[in-house]
Amino acid sequence: MSNVLNRRDFIKATTAAVGVTSVATGVTLTTFAANKEPVSSETRWGMLIDTNNLTETEIEVMVNACQKEHGWGSELHSIGDQKPNWIKKIKVKDRSTEKVTSLPLMCQHCDQPPCVDVCPTNASMKREDGIVLVDRHLCIGCRYCMMACPYDARSFVHENLTNQKEHMPRGKGTVESCTLCVHRIDNGEQPVCVSSINSDAIIFGDLKDSNSNINKTLRKIQSTQIRADLNLNTGIRYSGI
Amino acid sequence: MSNIRYQQIDGRGLGFYTLVAFFGVFILAALGSVYYMEHNGHYVTGMSNRIVWGMPHVFAIFLIVAASGALNVASIASVFQKKMYKPLSRLSGLVSLALLAGGLMILVLDLGRPDRLIVAMTEYNFKSIFAWNIILYNGFFVIVGIYLWMMFERRMNKFSSKAGLAAFTWRLILTTGTGSIFGFLVARQAYDAVIMAPMFIIMSFAFGLAFFILILMASYKWTERELGDAIVNRLGNLLGVFVAAVLYFVAVYHLGNLYLAENTRVENFLLFDGGVYTQLFWYGQIIIGGLLPMSLIYLPATKGNRSMLGLSSLLVIVGGIIQIYVLIIGGQAYPIEMFPGMDIIEGYGGIAKYVPSLPETLLGIGGIAVSIVAVIFFIKFLPFLPESLADEVADPHHKV
Repeated sequence: MSNVLNRRDFIKATTAAVGVTSVATGVTLTTFAANKEPVSSETRWGMLIDTNNLTETEIEVMVNACQKEHGWGSELHSIGDQKPNWIKKIKVKDRSTEKVTSLPLMCQHCDQPPCVDVCPTNASMKREDGIVLVDRHLCIGCRYCMMACPYDARSFVHENLTNQKEHMPRGKGTVESCTLCVHRIDNGEQPVCVSSINSDAIIFGDLKDSNSNINKTLRKIQSTQIRADLNLNTGIRYSGI
Repeated sequence: MSNIRYQQIDGRGLGFYTLVAFFGVFILAALGSVYYMEHNGHYVTGMSNRIVWGMPHVFAIFLIVAASGALNVASIASVFQKKMYKPLSRLSGLVSLALLAGGLMILVLDLGRPDRLIVAMTEYNFKSIFAWNIILYNGFFVIVGIYLWMMFERRMNKFSSKAGLAAFTWRLILTTGTGSIFGFLVARQAYDAVIMAPMFIIMSFAFGLAFFILILMASYKWTERELGDAIVNRLGNLLGVFVAAVLYFVAVYHLGNLYLAENTRVENFLLFDGGVYTQLFWYGQIIIGGLLPMSLIYLPATKGNRSMLGLSSLLVIVGGIIQIYVLIIGGQAYPIEMFPGMDIIEGYGGIAKYVPSLPETLLGIGGIAVSIVAVIFFIKFLPFLPESLADEVADPHHKV
C-alpha cells in the first residue's frame, strides 16, 4: 500500500476529523449547559430603588459601572440620541409640589413586557425568572420593541463595534438594553450597578422569596412602579418618587 | 362590455426607455444608499434611539397602505358588481402588488440586519402584530396573484368574483394590521388608539386610488389609447369622497385624543405648537392633501378637468406622505409621558431632533420607483390594459 495520501483518503480523513470535532464540541457545549440548573419561574428577580437615599453621584457611579461592565458608551460615531443608554440618570419635578427627584432608569423587566409582545421574531424574550433580554442572533433590527417600550429603555447599535465583552455580544444593527447583569446573577452575584455603590439605597433580590430582604421591605414600605397604570408589573420598583 | 380586449403596451420607443431609465436612476440611488447605510450603520441617518423609525418607514408605510387601497377598483367590480370598473380590475390588482413590493423593499432594507430576513420568515411570535403583518403581506401576494390569474385565464373567469371577495376581505384585514402597528402601542400617547385601524383603511382608499388614477391616465395618454370621461370622472368623484372621509377620521382621532388629559399635551404639540410638525399637519396634511384636492375635484371651475384630477391625485399622494410623516415622526418626537404629573428636567424628554438624511430619503423614493417600474414592466409583457376605455366601451349607457 502506498504511503502517498490520495484524494479519496484525504477526503475521508478530513470528513472524519470534522465529524469528530463537531460532535465533540456539541457534547462539550451540552455538558456545560447541563451543569447549570435551569432558571425557574419560582424566582422573580427585582430591584427596589430608594430615591430618597440615593445621591446623584451614586447614580452616576451606577451608570459608569454598567458602561464598564458591558462595554457601551464609547461608540465613536453615534451622536446625541444615537448613543446607547442602558441606564440613565433621570431628574423629575412634581408639577404641584415642585419636589425634585433623581433616579436611575433602565429596563424595568416587566412581567408583561410590551417589547416581548411586539417582537416579530421572538428575539425579545423574558426568562422564567423575569429577566427581559434580547437574543442577538434572532434580532433583525426592526426596532418595534423600541417603539413599544414605555421606558425608553432600549438602544439600537448604530455603528460597527469591536472588542466586545465576552458575555455581551453587542453588534451593529441589533437592539440592546439592561440585562439585569444576567451573567452575574447566574454566577450568584448582584447586578454591577447594585454592587458598584456602597449603599443600601438599592435592594436586589428575589421578589417572590418571602425571606428575601426585597420582599420583606416591599411588604413594609410604600413603593411605586413607573407607569403602574399600564399594568406591566415591573421588576424594578421605586420608593420616594 | 363583454368585448373588452386587453393588450400589452408597445413599450419600444424612446419615451418608454427614457421613462424606465428615469425611474431606474432612483432605484440605483436607493440601492447605493442602502449599501452606504448598512455598511456604516444607522449613525449616518437622521434616525436615533428616540426617532427609531425615520423616513424609510414613512415611505414604506405609505406604500403599503396605498397598496391595499389600489385594489379597491377591482373590488368595486368583483364584490360590489359595478360593471364599469371591471375593465380596470387587472390593472388595479397589478398596481396594488407593485406598491406593496415597493413598500416592503424599503421596510426590509431599513432593518438593522436585512441579512436576517430568513429569521423573520421562519421565527414567528404570534402575539406580535408585526409578525401577523408579515403573514398578511405574503398572503396578499398569493391571493391577489390568484385573483389576477383567474381574471386572465378565461376558463377561470367564473371564479374571479369569489377570488375578488377573498382579496377584498384579506386587504381589509391587512390594513387593519398595518394600522394596529401603531394602534397597539400603549406606551406612546400619539398612537395607542383603536381608531388607527379604520383610519388606515380609509387612508388606503384615498392613497391607493390616487396612485391608480395617475397610473391609469399616464399609461393611456402615453400609449395613445382612448380613455373616456365616464370612467375618469367617476374615479375622480370617488377620490373626492375618500379624501373627505380621511379628513373626517383625522378630525375624530384628534378630537378624541384632545379629550383625554393624558394625551392633551401631545395633541397640543401636533396641532398648535409643534413647529415643523404643526406646519406639516395644517399646510401639508390638511390643506395640500385634503382641502385642495377636494376643491379641485368638486369646484365647478375645475371639475371634470383631467389635468386637475391628475394634480389632485398628486396632491393626495404628497399630502398622504406628509400625513404619515406627522404620524410616525411627530408621534415619536414628542416624549413619552413616563411620569404623569411630573416634568422630566434631566436625562430624557424634550422634543427629539430629527433631520432626514439624503440616503434614507433616497431609499424611500426608490421604493416608489420600484413600484412604478414593476407596473411598467408588467403592462409591457402581459395584457393588463384594455385597448380602449372610451365611453362607449366602458359604459354603453353613457350619454354625452
